[in-house]
Amino acid sequence: MLTKRIIPCLDVKDGRTVKGVRFEGLRDAGDPVALASRYAREGADELVFLDITATNQKRATLVALVRDVARELDIPFTVGGGIGTISDVEALLMNGADKVSINSAALARPELIDELAARFGSQCIVVAADARFNDADGWQVYTRAGTNNTGRDAVQWCREAADRGAGEILLTSMSNDGTKDGFALDITGAVSRAVTIPVIASGGAGSKQDFTNVFQQAQADAGLAASIFHFGEIGIRELKEHLRRDGIPMRL
Amino acid sequence: MKIAIVDYKGGNVQSVLFALERLGVQATLTADHDVLRRADKVLFPGEGEAASAMKELRAQGLDELLPTLTQPFLGICLGMQLLGRHTQEGGGTDMLGILPFDVVRFQSAAPEHKVPHMGWNNLQTLRSPLFEGLSAEDYVYFVHSYYAPVGDYTIAEAAYPAPFSAAVQHENFYAVQFHTEKSGPVGTRILENFLKL
Repeated sequence: MLTKRIIPCLDVKDGRTVKGVRFEGLRDAGDPVALASRYAREGADELVFLDITATNQKRATLVALVRDVARELDIPFTVGGGIGTISDVEALLMNGADKVSINSAALARPELIDELAARFGSQCIVVAADARFNDADGWQVYTRAGTNNTGRDAVQWCREAADRGAGEILLTSMSNDGTKDGFALDITGAVSRAVTIPVIASGGAGSKQDFTNVFQQAQADAGLAASIFHFGEIGIRELKEHLRRDGIPMRL
Repeated sequence: MKIAIVDYKGGNVQSVLFALERLGVQATLTADHDVLRRADKVLFPGEGEAASAMKELRAQGLDELLPTLTQPFLGICLGMQLLGRHTQEGGGTDMLGILPFDVVRFQSAAPEHKVPHMGWNNLQTLRSPLFEGLSAEDYVYFVHSYYAPVGDYTIAEAAYPAPFSAAVQHENFYAVQFHTEKSGPVGTRILENFLKL
């Protein structure tokens, strides 16, 4: 039986993980390869690396990182963050990334999704959508790290991305991100029902029950989180054991 | 041991090279017919779309060479599907025909039944030395929208929701639908088992 997936997300800058990873027994918490290997050993189903480097060397450092991670890691990983061209994607995939996620570039020019899917196959093209709720307009999609409201409806955009050939949607609720109050069940469920491709829920995870809820009530295919894993608040193995006890298919 | 990986621009072969490297094995990425013929083992990974893969194989004469190979051969993902006769992908494409299956698309029957079939699924009815040491409790990583039905050639099944061929074999030609190189310790074991064939 196909399992639901648990995906830790690592923010990287200039080839190092950032956002205060506090892990006992890890000699260098800033080393993405060491952290990735540790998560893989603990039972992570996949990893996502989000690159927040903003320098001219971005592409070279990211490609080098992907190579280092791919050399060590025996589970799939996705790379995202400022990826905008076919040649960016090609360099990352050829060096061992399994998937790339695109966000702002896809909203700026949606045909990019069609082009990437045709060139590399849908299976490696993840469209990341950052959604925020407001009373007047409902859930809308934001770009540029959440600073720019595109005015586009989140469900409608995810459906378009899927129609254009995305293989997976990474849906982050900016309204929930950092709150630890749980995933946004309404928008996650709405997107999951609107598309026939897998949906990764992100933003708001604070407890094991939050994952149960997003799988059982919002039909998410995967749950992504960062800080609760980095700070050791929830261990991946204990989370997966909990979810299996709740009747959710898990790889243990 | 000389290991060759078939080079036909079939997607991400770097992960397969790294997986072999972790096992202490150096492999050569090549389309050279002599090198492929002389290798002790041949790996045939693949991602992406069947029609363009077949076009590239034909351009290099590999569609003629591969069926004549006699050493242990391992197709991975698209590299498994290409061993079949025909696929629905791309409006219908004829393939290598080394194994007698036709590849068809998953139909999304329910909202929770997404296509592609993406993620970790367990292997059932294992019947090959390729899976020595493994059981139906072991999970491997799949990403695919098309599949080979179960037949006499099936040596492992997975269910989504109906059973399909997770692995197939005909003589020296072994192939798996999942990504051995991305399936954690279970995938590593399968690669090791293959190298011992």
